[in-house]
This record gives sequence, C-alpha cells and structure tokens, in this order.
Amino acid sequence: MAENIIIELKNVSKHFDQTYAVDNFNLYVKKGEFITFLGPSGCGKTTTLRMIAGFELPTEGQILLNGEDITLLPPYKRPVNTVFQKYALFPHLDVYNNVAFGLKLKRVPEGSKMRRLTTKEIDKKVKNALKIVDLEEYETRDISTLSGGQQQRIAIARAIVNEPEILLLDEPLGALDLKMRKDMQLELKEMHKKLGITFIYVTHDQEEALTLSDTVVVMKDGMIQQIGTPEDIYNEPKNAFVANFIGESNIYSGTVTGDKKVRFINHTFDCVDEFPKNEKVDVVIRPEDVHITKEGEGMASGKIVSKIFKGIHYEYIMMVGRNELVIVDTRNLEVNKTYGFDIEPDGIHIMKKELTANIYNDAYIDKNNRVVISESAFECDITSLVPGSTLDEDGYVLGPDGVRYDFTDADVIATIGLDKIEILDDDEAGIVRGEIVSIIYKGDHYQLTIRTGEDEDFVLDTEYTYDENDLVGLSVKAEDIKLTLKGEAKKYAKK
Amino acid sequence: MRKNKVFSRKILALPYAVFLVLFVLIPLFLIIAYAFTDESGAVTLSNFRTFFSGAHNINTLMFSIFIGLANTAICLLLGYPAAFILAKRNMNFGKATVLLFVMPMWINFVLRTAATRDLLFAMGIKGGEHPYLSTMIGMVYNYLPFVILPLYTTMTKMNYSLIEASYDLGANKVKTFFLTILPMTMPGIVSASTMVFMPTMSSYVISDVMGERKISLIGNSIQLYFDQGLWHIGSLVALIMLLIIAFGSFCTETEEEHTSRGGLW
Amino acid sequence: MSKNKFSLSDFLCKFYVYILLFVMYAPILLLIVYSFTDTKIIGKWGGFSLHLYKALFRDKEIMQAFANTFLVAVSSAVVSTILGTLGAIGIFYSGKRSKAFLEGLSNIPVMNAEIVTALSLTILFVFCGITFNFTTLLIGHVVLTIPFVVLSVRPKLMQMDPNIYEAALDLGATPSKALREVIVPEILPGVFSGFILSITLSLDDYIITAFTRDTAFQTLSTYVYGVTSKKGTLPPSLRALTTVITLIALVILIIVNIKSSKEKEK
Repeated sequence: MAENIIIELKNVSKHFDQTYAVDNFNLYVKKGEFITFLGPSGCGKTTTLRMIAGFELPTEGQILLNGEDITLLPPYKRPVNTVFQKYALFPHLDVYNNVAFGLKLKRVPEGSKMRRLTTKEIDKKVKNALKIVDLEEYETRDISTLSGGQQQRIAIARAIVNEPEILLLDEPLGALDLKMRKDMQLELKEMHKKLGITFIYVTHDQEEALTLSDTVVVMKDGMIQQIGTPEDIYNEPKNAFVANFIGESNIYSGTVTGDKKVRFINHTFDCVDEFPKNEKVDVVIRPEDVHITKEGEGMASGKIVSKIFKGIHYEYIMMVGRNELVIVDTRNLEVNKTYGFDIEPDGIHIMKKELTANIYNDAYIDKNNRVVISESAFECDITSLVPGSTLDEDGYVLGPDGVRYDFTDADVIATIGLDKIEILDDDEAGIVRGEIVSIIYKGDHYQLTIRTGEDEDFVLDTEYTYDENDLVGLSVKAEDIKLTLKGEAKKYAKK
Repeated sequence: MRKNKVFSRKILALPYAVFLVLFVLIPLFLIIAYAFTDESGAVTLSNFRTFFSGAHNINTLMFSIFIGLANTAICLLLGYPAAFILAKRNMNFGKATVLLFVMPMWINFVLRTAATRDLLFAMGIKGGEHPYLSTMIGMVYNYLPFVILPLYTTMTKMNYSLIEASYDLGANKVKTFFLTILPMTMPGIVSASTMVFMPTMSSYVISDVMGERKISLIGNSIQLYFDQGLWHIGSLVALIMLLIIAFGSFCTETEEEHTSRGGLW
Repeated sequence: MSKNKFSLSDFLCKFYVYILLFVMYAPILLLIVYSFTDTKIIGKWGGFSLHLYKALFRDKEIMQAFANTFLVAVSSAVVSTILGTLGAIGIFYSGKRSKAFLEGLSNIPVMNAEIVTALSLTILFVFCGITFNFTTLLIGHVVLTIPFVVLSVRPKLMQMDPNIYEAALDLGATPSKALREVIVPEILPGVFSGFILSITLSLDDYIITAFTRDTAFQTLSTYVYGVTSKKGTLPPSLRALTTVITLIALVILIIVNIKSSKEKEK
C-alpha cells in the first residue's frame, strides 16, 4: 500500500491563537487521485491545502511526500504547485512570462551539476502548457486584457507547466459564472485524466465535489466528517451534517423500535440498518427516494402544500402531520391534495445521533452557587449534587445526614437537554450570547448550533426560523441543568 | 509549539522602525524631558513660570492661534468654491488645471514668499509699513494650494446622485448645499484645515519675510530660543504646540468619526 | 437643453478659477518678466537684457547653494524611498499591534509642526553631543519625507492580489526573489510617487534645514532667507533663479504627467 501513496498527513493540527483551524487531520492520498476537500467556509479546508503547499506550518503533526517528511520544507522547495482562488497572476508580466515564471527558476540535473533550462526548452514547455489550456494565441497578451475564464486557464497552465507531483486547486472556479464553471469542471476532469498527476481540490460547492472527485473529504470545524467516494458520501452520509451539506435531504429525529424498524414522523418504517432497540437516531431521506402514491395507498400519507417546477422534475413539500417532507417527482401533481407515499428500506439512512444533550465537562460552581459554563454563570439547583439535601440560610448545602458542603470552585459536569435551552432574539437578554454557526432542518423543527465568544457550543432545538451568523442570547432554567460532581462530595464537606 | 520558519516579511520594517524610534520617538521624549528640567538637569517648573509670566509670550501665543484660524478661514473661503468648480464634471477642467494650482508648491517656499513680497512692494504695499496685511496675504498665497488639493480629492469622490436626490426631494440650492454637499465634503475640510492651521501658526518664515520681522509668531519664539541655545524653555514652547496639535487631532478625529458614521446629521 | 447654450453661472465659475490662478501666479510671473531686464527695482523696465542670468550663473554662492539643495534632496529621497518602501512592506505584513504602533509613529512627523520636529531633532543631536553636519541635515530631511513614502506605497500594497507573493514561492522563487520580482514591480508606481514627493518636500523645506544643518552649508532656502529677511527687495539675480526653478518644475511636471497618463492608457 505504501508505494502508491503520494502524500500523507499524520495527526496534523493547526491553531491560530486559541482556535483550531484544523484538528488532528489524518489522510493519505493515492498517486493520480482526484481528491476534494469539501466543507463550509471556515471548516479548515483551505488551511489544510496551504499546509500541503507550505504557506502555513502545522502546529502539530507531520506531512509526508513520497514517504519523506516535508512538514518544514519551504514552499519553493516542494514539488507541488497551486492554482489560487483569484488566480494570483503576476499583473506586470504577460501571459508567456507568467507561465514561464517557474521554469526560469528551475534547475535540472545534468551529469553531476545542476543547470537552468535553456530558452528553447522553456519555450517548448510554455507553448505546450498553453496548448493544454487552449490559449496558444495569447502569449503576448497582458493579463488585464483577459477574461476571468482565460485568467483561470493561464493560472492552471502556470502551475502544470512545472510538472508538479501534486496540483493544488483552491476554489479555482469560485470567481466564474455558473455556465463557465460547468464547462471548466469538465475540462479539469479531462486535464486530470490526461496529465495523470494527483489533484487536491478545495471547494464549498458540493455538486462540484461530487462531479469531479474520485474521493471527497467532508470537513467541518477543522475535523474530517467523512472520507469516501462521491457515491458513498451521497448515499451513506455518516452523520446529519454530511447529509445536510451534500444534496437535498429530509432529516428527522427518530427512535429504533425493533429489528430493522425505525419510527419517525409518527410512522414506523422498515430499514436496512441494525441498531439497538430504543436508540435515538437521526434519519435521512433523500427527496428522490420518496415515491408518491394515490391517496389511501402507500405506507403513510400527507398533503402537498407547495410545488416548484425545476425543469426535469417538480419539487413538492408534503406535510406529514406536523413534519415537512421534501419530495422530487417527475409527475405533475395537485397542490392541496392528499397523497400517499412509500419509502424503500434502503432509502432510509439511519445514523447514530451525534448529540443527545449538551455536555460541559469543564464547568464549575462559583461562590454564588451558580454553575459556570463558557465563562457565564447559570442559576442551577445545587442541592441535586447531594441527594436529599437542602440549602441552608448561609448558602451551604445541608445533607440529610447533617453535613454541610461548600461547593465553591467544585468541578462539575453540566448536562443540558437540546430542548431545554431557551433562545432569545435579543442577544443581550440571555445569560450567554453567541452566533448561530449551523442550522439543520429536521422536518418540524430546526437544530441550531450557537457558538459563544469563548468557543463553547450550545446545541438546541427550536421551531422558529433563524439565519446563520445571527447573534442570539441563550438562557436555561435552573432545574434544567443536570449537574454531576467530579470526584466525591466528601471532599467539599465543611468541618 | 513549532516556530514558523517561513521567511517573515515583517522584519523588512525593522530598519524603518529603528529609524522612527531613534529620530521621532526619542526626540519627542527629550522635548518633554527638557521642558520639565533646567540647565543643571534638575526637575523644575520654572520654564512654565518664565513663559507664562511674560505678557509678551502669551500675546504671541494668542496672536499665533488667531492668525492660524484667520488664515484657515480665508483659505477655505477662497479654496472651497475653486475646488468645487474644478471637480464639477460639466466644467471640463482637466487634471492639468488642478496641477497648475499645485505647481507653486514646486517653487521654493522662501523664494515664493519673497516674490509675493516684491509684488506687494511694486504695488506700493510695503511690508515694513503694513506688516499685518502683508503677512496675511503671504500666508494665503502659500497655503491656498494645500486647501484646494484635499478638497478637490473629496469632491471628485462625491456621489452626485445624492445632490440630485436632494433636489428631487424638494430642497433648494441653499438647503442642498448645507444638508448634503457640506456634510459630504467635511472630511476634505477637516484635512485641509489641519494642513493649514498648524503650519501657519508655527512657521516664522512668512511673517519674517512679509512683515519684515515686525510680527512675532510662536515659531519666532522657538527660533529665537534655538539661536540662543535656550533648549529648555524652547522645549516648553514646543511642548505647548504639541499639546495644541494633539488637541486638534483629537477634535478632528471625533469629527471624522461623526461624519463617517453617516446619518443625516 | 443644448450644450452650446451660454450659461452665465458657468462663465462666472470659470472666470473665478482663472482669476484665482492669475493672482496666485502674479508674483512669480512678475519676477520672471523682470528677470529679462537689468534694473535694481521691479516696476521700472530697463530694456531687454540677459545680464541677470549671466550674473546668476557667475554667482558662486548661489550655484553652490543650488547644488547643495539638489544633493540634499536626492540623497534624502533615496534613503527615504528605500527605508520607507521596505518599511511599508514590513508594516503591511505585520501583526495588528506592531502595525498600529508603526502607523501611529509614522503619523507623528506628518501631523507635527515642522518647527517642533526640527527642534526635537536639534535637541537630540545636542543631547548626544553631535556637531551639526551633512548627516544631521540628511536625517532631518529623511524624518520629514519618509512617512510620505510609506503613505504612497501602502495603497499599492492594498490593491495587490494578496496571493501573488505566495504564487511566486509556489513556483520556486525564494522569498527575496519573490519580493524583488513580484512585489516590487507591483508597488513601483507608489515607490516612484513617494520618491517624487520626497524630492518636492525636501526642495521646499526651510525650517528643518535651518535647524539641522552645519551653518556653513547653504541651500537655496537658507540662502534666499538670508538675503531677503533683511529690508528691501530680492537681489535682482534671484529673479533669474526663479525663472530657472519654475522652468525646471514645469519640465518635471510635464514629464511626470505624460508618464502617468501613459501608464493609465496601459
């Protein structure tokens, strides 16, 4: 296996100040593979690419190229080349000299010595590279006179002319319009086939990732969520985030009710995945896996409330009880009519719930008997730490055996249910404020992740609509915070 | 943690930073230190007492501030319409005309001032007989280009559709000027004023040449102390000027904040 | 509305601008006109003569001051341009705190009254026991001009594609090569205008020169100040000098203008 691996990242982490941009990243890439890092902005995909290029050094971990450690090698000594997001062409040089830039700096071995490339050699390579990108006639043109698509091609030519072992592409099509992007996607795929070198591609466009890649690496918050072929990623998403990010999907909270049986949206369906009974799970259903039937037929029924024509098919929203179900179908059906529907067992993807509650392992009690989470003090029921205890007038916990406890600075684990956090539009009104960093729609409610200034996440369920990056306040009732003491209560007994 | 070994472009600023610390920061601290000490190096407030007990000194200071304000006002009154006309598109003034206004800056400042004096002399206004008038004219001649340039720059960046919007909403010419044009050009007025006020009150060359040394500005005081090697009291006067500059830049900063914050007022 | 329609207000506007220009140039024009006649006093035309020019070029003192002025201007502009350009690049890539510190420090000589800058430098030199010489004068002029180099280079850095330096490294250029072959060509127009600005400020300066020079070293400013701050009018040969300087300024301005308009066409 080792010989056809071109690059390997081992436990690579990168932090800027306190925040982790990339967290314990492990990956190997095979020679000739087209691999894509896919994720929303800020997920660490570009940082990972920049570490491979040598523009950033990993805080921890190792990068191996052909088995050799290149972690600390400066970018100009690495046999990799980059196509930049906004092309980064040199404006003071013409097309020819942009492409020739790397070749002029190159040294090749001749006998025991190293020599520069001759003008003839450079000329041949530049012309060849321009031919690959279909811009042979443009040699003497000024960069500023080229269109976005043409600049893009020059940027690719400038990189591949150096015959790198790996070509890194950082959202190269991001600045192009839709039509141009589609054309360039096909061309890139062609080019990859022709050149036979490894492509590492970064994008936030899931469709682009699925179209181009042999392997997709889905990332979120600096961590790999899933690695797999486009088919795997689409059909077998590992968690709700991947399912939500890749393609359209219906995501519900469900419960396993028996052998290969799962209950969600108030119906029980057959499925193919085996999970222990009563396990809480996330259920993902792709819109094309739902088959609409006549009313009265099918496994369940619902009313179509909206219809949008999308060219090849219609996109329907059906209300199944209180839950929305998105369905695509080529038939033209009526709105405000009830239909039945079927879902094949292999169309129901079940994944273990990532999170059933917010758990804070480094919470502690302050001197006012409040629990501090993410630098914010929440009112809580401190008597729950000692069964049967009450609070005396001095604020100490009085055990049933008459022992008094002082829990100031005691380390505790605080647990808050997803449905117990109250979200407030006024970000000043809550106990803690934060920014919404992710929203997943779950049929009849949204699951929001709110990140505080201290980088602590609060996940909660709400029926109301919010937007990403909204600033909100959060509060929790005292009785909804479950406290577990780290260590024995005895330690805190007052003499 | 691993240290970043990638070549850091920051170090290019090192010589510049060293130069600034040596020849800008340390000299400023020396001024402050000198203002509070005497020849023997002992800490004292006697420089303050000497300066503020002389009625002549306070007169000079007040007169300098007055002439600075007056020159700023005159230059703005003359320069603002000129800059506005130059920036107006339908006037078809090219960049060349703007450059013509700026070109006097290229002729040596002392020579330029002397030429103005000669012109006044030929017209019968003798510096020795009319020191205030001559000085004022010399000041305006010298600082007018410094007003026109920043005003012109802000005016060319002005959004003309706002003026049209103001007419559209029923404001007449006068109201439009005070409600839209003036607030929009405020940053230019502020930077023009800072470029005129301080140099006017601190420079002594124009008053010396134009007023034939009959007028004394605060700059003259410093120059006088410099000639006599009285560094400590000279530093005190410089410190007072520093405070005025600091106060001025503090005021203009809040003003800029105010205008940049937008809103109608 | 017809474009050719005569508008009184437009006419008045144009008239104002031209009359202002005329008034501003009147003193200089007067000197230029009277540089072509040999009279002591302006106002009495003594017939056309180039005598004043002959006198000017024979006047060793003026010629020396002329040469000195250019020596100071060019050498201080060179130092400022090199130090300031490197400084601007370094500041641009610095962290928030050192950036704020250096930018604040750069602003001091711009905001400060020239005479305070001059006095503070004088005190520094006196404090360190340094006698005034060409170097102290040079330092004075560099302090005066260097912030303006940084101010002219900075916008060019901000307009630059932030990735082109990395692109150069990626293609095999060492950091110093990437700097020379990619960043410097990009900011060159800013460097050039910083250099021109430095020359201008240095040529025009009197106060810093007067404070930091060796008193035997005359520049045009100090020479003219010396002869004019006394009673009376300018020595006649200085009229010829004004013509020469105006001519030089005009030529440079035209060259710079043509160059910049050519660049824009590109």
